[in-house]
Amino acid sequence: MSTLTQAAVEPSTTPPVHTDLTGMSGRRAFTDRAARVVMWGAFLLACIPLVWILVSTLVKGGHMLLSGSWWSLSQNGITSRVVGGGAAHAIQGTLMQAAVTAIMSVPIGVLTAIYLVEYGRGRLAKVVSFMVDILTGVPSIVAALFIYALWVTTFGFQRVPFAVTLALTLLMIPTIVRSTEEMLKLVPNELREASYALGVPKWRTIVSIVLPTAFSGIVTGVLLGLARVMGETAPLIILGPYTKSMAHDLFNGLMATLPTMINQDRTEALQPALDRVWGAALTLILLVFVLNLLGRFLGRFSKVKN
Amino acid sequence: MAKRIDVHDLDIFYGDFKAVEGVSMTVEPRSVTAFIGPSGCGKSTVLRTLNRMHEVIPGGRVSGKVLLDDQDLYAPSMDPVAVRRTVGMVFQRPNPFPTMSIKDNVAAGLRLNGVKDKKKVDEVVESSLKGANLWNEVKDRLDKPGAGLSGGQQQRLCIARAIAVSPQVLLMDEPCSALDPISTLAIEDLINELKARYTIVIVTHNMQQAARVSDQTAFFNLKATGQPGRLVEVGATQKIFSNPDEQATEDYISGRFG
Repeated sequence: MSTLTQAAVEPSTTPPVHTDLTGMSGRRAFTDRAARVVMWGAFLLACIPLVWILVSTLVKGGHMLLSGSWWSLSQNGITSRVVGGGAAHAIQGTLMQAAVTAIMSVPIGVLTAIYLVEYGRGRLAKVVSFMVDILTGVPSIVAALFIYALWVTTFGFQRVPFAVTLALTLLMIPTIVRSTEEMLKLVPNELREASYALGVPKWRTIVSIVLPTAFSGIVTGVLLGLARVMGETAPLIILGPYTKSMAHDLFNGLMATLPTMINQDRTEALQPALDRVWGAALTLILLVFVLNLLGRFLGRFSKVKN
Repeated sequence: MAKRIDVHDLDIFYGDFKAVEGVSMTVEPRSVTAFIGPSGCGKSTVLRTLNRMHEVIPGGRVSGKVLLDDQDLYAPSMDPVAVRRTVGMVFQRPNPFPTMSIKDNVAAGLRLNGVKDKKKVDEVVESSLKGANLWNEVKDRLDKPGAGLSGGQQQRLCIARAIAVSPQVLLMDEPCSALDPISTLAIEDLINELKARYTIVIVTHNMQQAARVSDQTAFFNLKATGQPGRLVEVGATQKIFSNPDEQATEDYISGRFG
């Protein structure tokens, strides 16, 4: 008897259970769909200028890159009426200046980041961090004019490619500091503690444990920073005027770069010059793209094994 | 080669906050001492002062004395790096170096302290892995990444790494809390073996574990919320678990609070 009454009573004492788990409420489904539409819309909107730029540079400048002379010859002796010559002088200049900029800014940037993450306590660290923030916000034209004031006005030197790399270094240091800082912060503190607990000194821990763990991220950050700096134009216009011929000397004379080549030829109304503008633009995009790819590729070569 | 630890009136601070107050106790060589107590009572903090790892945290400082045999670890002339070579530590979560192979992980303490002799390093790697009961499982894949091992194996790898620098004392901060029961058993067996050669201090939340592995147990508790933690009672494990002097210890052990 008791089992019977219990069975009869039970359902009424327990709260009603929703057994139907199918179907989403209309409102939730609508919100979900609306959010999807907005996100896709924003994505496509952002893609429009990107695709537009890529397609028009490819269409208008693509044929320039197909000829071998584009990669091997300079514009020496070629006027804007004439078809021919190449962008080798500008490509070489851009790569050379980027390399020198990297050599100067990577050690300073990485060491500053190590100081800020591993050692920086108290006032000095705050000041350094604040200065890096300010430097991040310095427009490239201001950096260029600062170097001009220092290099040309104060020291009385000529405008040489090396002055350009100084201005670029000023722009690149903060990006390297910030990206390296982020990567070092990602290294778990447990690894540092494990190393200290083995009686390994702090500097050794940083060199042998922290830096290898963060290595691929640091390299990626450096290459992305470099890619950005290669497109900077203001320092080039102010400190590194265009020249049509090849140059190798960083401390003497002029050196062409892709941005200055674009800037020079865009003022011409003649078709051969305009073709060269598009060609140079596409080359610059390509270089930056290759650097980005290289950054990702090196990121895969991480020493962190799993 | 195992050493005795004497703690006298130890106060531990994080900046201005006093986290632990007035700890005095002795840890005998070649014995296992377990620290038990509720979360946040300062067990791990005390443990970390025994090899000067506490001061790695910004603002971390102590007052009082920690004697290793007769040397005061906090005397001004002591080098914290040398102290940590003598007093090894195993952490709560297994933390093998992700950039290194199994072998390199074990050899890290030696290599990073400048030992170059390859033969010696190989010998130490083998003996340490054997000492950590891991050799048979990994001897054919010493060049594989240490992070590829299972959690329990990783923790034994960390123990091998810690004993490779031949410390006198081994500190373990909840070494089994992230492991399954079988791995836990393996670590507990290992602790029993290591006891013959090292002085071991282990923090644990698991009272059965404390009862199983330790000779001496120390019970820590907070005076009250927001007050510093303190050492309530320390004594032979058997006594603490059967007939403690303090009511608070009995309440905690019998599960009446905590």
